[in-house]
Amino acid sequence: MLRGALGKTFRLAGYTIQYGCIAHCAFEYVGGVVMCSGPSMEPTIQNSDIVFAENLSRHFHGIQRGDIVIAKSPSDPKSNICKRVIGLEGDKVLTTSPSDFFKSHSYVPTGHVWLEGDNLQNSTDSRFYGPIPYGLIRGRIFFKIWPLSDFGFLRDSPNGHRFSDN
Amino acid sequence: MAQSQGWMKKYFKSFCKGFFVTVPVAVTFLDQVACVARVEGASMQPSLNPGGSQTSDVVLLNHWKVRNFQVQRGDIVSLVTMGHKNRYVKVPRGHIWVEGDHHGHSFDSNSFGPVSLGLLHAHATHILWPPERWQKLESVLPPERSPVPSEEE
Repeated sequence: MLRGALGKTFRLAGYTIQYGCIAHCAFEYVGGVVMCSGPSMEPTIQNSDIVFAENLSRHFHGIQRGDIVIAKSPSDPKSNICKRVIGLEGDKVLTTSPSDFFKSHSYVPTGHVWLEGDNLQNSTDSRFYGPIPYGLIRGRIFFKIWPLSDFGFLRDSPNGHRFSDN
Repeated sequence: MAQSQGWMKKYFKSFCKGFFVTVPVAVTFLDQVACVARVEGASMQPSLNPGGSQTSDVVLLNHWKVRNFQVQRGDIVSLVTMGHKNRYVKVPRGHIWVEGDHHGHSFDSNSFGPVSLGLLHAHATHILWPPERWQKLESVLPPERSPVPSEEE
């Protein structure tokens, strides 16, 4: 009686570990479903939208300007942020808002990216904490699955180009 | 004819089953619990690789210990690769300052600045190879590298 219950518990534990590891590898190396919260990517991604992220591009340095990425937050490594890549290493980016009279630029250092939310008025991003290391990027968001009214591939940035083209 | 086909199908099925169990479990273990790595270079002498190019130490990289991003001054850590660049620097919140033990011969925070905690990969806790160098790596902060008390706080 007890042996049967023990056997069942071990089998259950075994399956849990097995499927847990498969789920970990799937998310880490392929991709998965993510729910976003916060207003910083409006109108492209609203609060509580559910999106699909692929985690392959970052392993092959396939992240490009204009991609929306999920990254570990530079101020809190346990939480994630969701922003658009405005500049790659070596790019010249605008560090002030377009309304400022005196514009200031800076260059994105090697191994870093410059992120900005689509909702520039309400986004804490690289304009606040500076460029973030490429190694913090976890995946690229490319498809929205909820709400169904907005199902499909994600739009380009509504802010035009925020980097100088000199 | 039918019997050998049945045998092959059975073999293929159990191979797939084994493969899809062991590979994810092994990969998850190496990513989340611990893995081993060979130390290259002289930047951590004399603690690691004291023999120079003759013998390379093999260390245990302990991911589990840093799952909550908790490290202490003096710990030897490994970092996810990052690009890299004031006499006194204030290390911002959520960041750490890392240095090789071999000053002047080390590519570290003195070159690339403070490192975001999110890049923390593992805590190197033991030397596993060669056997005569089996030891637990102690967390030691050299006294001349202690943080400088800042006036503001």
